[in-house]
Amino acid sequence: MSEERKIRVLVAKPGLDGHDRGAKVIARAFRDAGFEVIYTGLRQTPEMIVSAAIQEDVDAIGLSCLSGAHMYLFPRIVELLRERGADDVVVFGGGTIPDEDIATLKEAGIAEIFTPGTSTSVAIDYVRTHIRQRA
Amino acid sequence: MEIIERIRQRDVRAIARLMSLVENNAPEATAALKELYSITGQAFIVGITGPPGSGKSTLTDQLTKEFRRGGKTVGIIAVDPTSPFTGGAILADRIRMQQHSLDAGVFIRSMATRGHLGGLAKATGDVVNVLDAAGKEVILVETVGVGQDEVEVVKTADTCVVVTVPGLGDDIQAIKAGILEIADIFVVNKADREGADKTVTEIQTMMGLGPGRSDWVPPILKTVATQGQGIAELAEGILAHRAHLDRRGLRQMRQRERSRALFLELLQEQGTRRLLERASANGTLEQTIERIATRETDPYSAVEELLAKAGL
Amino acid sequence: MTDDRKEIGKIKEAAKAWEAEVLDPALERSPERAREFRTVSGHPIRRLYTPADLADFDYTRDLGFPGLSPFTRGVYPSMYRGRLWTMRMFAGHGTPEETNQRFRYLLAQGQTGLSVAFDLPTLMGYDSDHPMSRGEVGKCGVAVDSLADMEILFDGIPLQDVTTSMTINSPAAVLWAMYLAVCEKQGVPYDRIGGTLQNDILKEFIAQKEYVFPLEPSMRLVVDTILFGARHLPRWHPVSISGYHIREAGSTAIQELAFTVADGMAYVEATMKAGLNVDAFAPRLSFFFNVHNDFFEEIAKFRAARRVWAKLMRERYGARDPRSWLLRTHAQTAGCALTAQQPYNNVVRVSIQALAAILGGVQSLHTNALDETLALPTQDAATIALRTQQIIAHETGVTHTIDPVGGSYFVESLTREVEEEVWNYLHKIDDLGGMVRAVEQGFPQKEIVDASYRYQQTVEAGEEVVVGVNRFVAEAEEPVSLLRIDPEQIAKQQVERIHRLKGGRDNGGVQKALDGLRRAAEGEDPWGQDLLMPRILEAVRAYATLGEIMGVFREAWGEYVEPAIL
Repeated sequence: MSEERKIRVLVAKPGLDGHDRGAKVIARAFRDAGFEVIYTGLRQTPEMIVSAAIQEDVDAIGLSCLSGAHMYLFPRIVELLRERGADDVVVFGGGTIPDEDIATLKEAGIAEIFTPGTSTSVAIDYVRTHIRQRA
Repeated sequence: MEIIERIRQRDVRAIARLMSLVENNAPEATAALKELYSITGQAFIVGITGPPGSGKSTLTDQLTKEFRRGGKTVGIIAVDPTSPFTGGAILADRIRMQQHSLDAGVFIRSMATRGHLGGLAKATGDVVNVLDAAGKEVILVETVGVGQDEVEVVKTADTCVVVTVPGLGDDIQAIKAGILEIADIFVVNKADREGADKTVTEIQTMMGLGPGRSDWVPPILKTVATQGQGIAELAEGILAHRAHLDRRGLRQMRQRERSRALFLELLQEQGTRRLLERASANGTLEQTIERIATRETDPYSAVEELLAKAGL
Repeated sequence: MTDDRKEIGKIKEAAKAWEAEVLDPALERSPERAREFRTVSGHPIRRLYTPADLADFDYTRDLGFPGLSPFTRGVYPSMYRGRLWTMRMFAGHGTPEETNQRFRYLLAQGQTGLSVAFDLPTLMGYDSDHPMSRGEVGKCGVAVDSLADMEILFDGIPLQDVTTSMTINSPAAVLWAMYLAVCEKQGVPYDRIGGTLQNDILKEFIAQKEYVFPLEPSMRLVVDTILFGARHLPRWHPVSISGYHIREAGSTAIQELAFTVADGMAYVEATMKAGLNVDAFAPRLSFFFNVHNDFFEEIAKFRAARRVWAKLMRERYGARDPRSWLLRTHAQTAGCALTAQQPYNNVVRVSIQALAAILGGVQSLHTNALDETLALPTQDAATIALRTQQIIAHETGVTHTIDPVGGSYFVESLTREVEEEVWNYLHKIDDLGGMVRAVEQGFPQKEIVDASYRYQQTVEAGEEVVVGVNRFVAEAEEPVSLLRIDPEQIAKQQVERIHRLKGGRDNGGVQKALDGLRRAAEGEDPWGQDLLMPRILEAVRAYATLGEIMGVFREAWGEYVEPAIL
């Protein structure tokens, strides 16, 4: 008999920018939605993010990037997850991401991009409905 | 069982998955823990506890660096509180440990208390066992650090490090209440701050007031974790304590105490649960409560009656 | 005084009568739109302000005259009737060559002030070939790896004729040294050059998070540049004490002002402790604030800011030179108030914010472009932003008189309330042992995180309306065209240049300069004694790269890891 399963999400800031307002707001919103949020701080390389995601056995990774380097960083994270056989982890992102980049990012395996102004409840619902089903 | 083999082979994903199953109290977890138990008991377990803001995560990070330098593999369990209002948690201790995130010899796991009191998560002991089975030689367990009496770590750890900082004022009182007894080593962190020596003296005074322990006098070490100062001495102190435990056969004694605690806890939990399940299933539970409420019977007799029915 | 009191009494009575006979019946028929009204920062706003709200108001004490303490009405005697504010637009991206072209274009258009935006690797003190720089080179600004890049950046620009503002913090001393080395090559003496370094490291720890070193050595670098400037560069502003980023991180207007002033106090105290008389550097301190949407709150913020700073400088730090009392400020419209939805609406937001800045009496202003939530601005979008300022300056007439809102019951009450709340914060920070200690303990960080989450919740609950986002939403939107930057190409060029540079320079000389710098950095308690700036200059002149110089400091001082504050 299993207790209520907790959703675990890694909120990560890849790249060099230090604008963590969005990451912190979403981390708090996830906590208030009952998730366990792993926050690893600023300036994480894709390798560090993937390593943390695997050790923490998270259901999803939320990436926040405001430097404009998302086109390199986000796909690299998905690629590393695949290499380590962890591509069942749902990767989504947000930040200053122009509409025209979204299709390319989705093709690269990023499940969803939340553009500026998205309500936190949208992201919460997204995580609840899109993570893998398991014990 | 496949998962066991993968854990023996140090497969990071398998280790991490099993930890989740353990935390979620999944039936597969119990099965796996049964199989793993025979190969546990190898790791040396260090508990790190202290008030909020005392720099436990930085100390853990620096200690890890020191043990890695000595060639030891390290497992870290960092516990943060679950919000009692939402059931969610923000687990942010890894921020200070990122230098080890790409080191295959270090495994870091964040845990939320999920309502458990005493400074640890309920499943901490089992997660320690998973790391132990996965071959981590030193396991560092960092408690919540919200300022309550976080003494439960003593049930899990071979060596307990109690951290404080100068100038916390009333928090030194918190140490007095309960934590003093569990310390094998005291650390005054942020010792470059004003008042470090005063804090050391205060701890000495308190130790003098406590019950005398002739076998091991907890050393009081000063560190500046952010700059790596005093860390080598702390690691030495931990190893000295381990040697002391081994010399006196105390480690086996502590392990026996842990086994006892774990067994009793499981027994209590499962025994109660089974009794309650049976009583609820046939409706006895509610009837009995009703009878107690209407003073038809008393709670003392009712418990005896229930246990008798179960053949106890 | 007694007459005044009698007058106030009469007004209060009249107000009571008005409430009973006129207001209440009206409210009965149609109630107000909300139970309470608040500023965007959550500060409560009353229904009506009258002289009764300013009962103990003293004109000469609280307002005074323009150019006179406490400077509520402005720092200069004639304000915009004399000279308009400086329209200083922030620019830079890609390679030094591209930004040099952009600067030459702006100068040809009559702009006299340049403002350099650096890319993130530069801001973090990494060379373009560092692994952390992947995907970031030239993206948010221009990449500068060594003096060679700085020479290209200002090629053909006579540095005695322009003022240059550099938005750089942790590596500020190094980039400044590169700029000074270019001046040397142009034969321009230090005392002829003017400009501003942002160099405000405390707000990095608090808000923008582009810190590198721990607090103590970071403060040492700031003080070092202040001391060097005071000795050699009388026309340079070594620090621009910045609230802008604090606000962008989600603070309230009051927090923005309080934490910025507290940061300024920390620099003043540290520099005085290093042995410099307050009047020897205080006139060169400048400020940089945000201008958000709440029109009157912003105006009140600027007015209160001047009053608080003047009082602090006079009373707390004993400054005698009236120029030390002045809070002169640059302002930028709030990036965080722009919306990605219906982006043309941003032109309207920016206009209103810019108007608040002007009515608040700022000395210089950057107006954001409509597309800045998504990328660096296109040329067209940046032009509209500049035109917005020109329209306010030349068409609206708000510049014809000084402090046109002065004396408004509402504005004066709000100015006073903002000031009071700022003092409350400053006392709290004093209790924590000053701003450096407060930052170490995460106090301002926590206040900001809480405020930003509270704001987000009010937006999501619909209590705070954001047009186009949670109300008046458009079904389908035509995307605006954006500026595209290809970091791979820029990185390739920068990396090649670094390799050529390292192959062609006197590496023995570089090593010697870096060793000297290391010894100085590792020195015990050297504050104000042996300055780092001359040694940084030596390393820069030898063509040591930014990454090499910052690497010396990283080794000597370590790197800062922030406390987990969520």
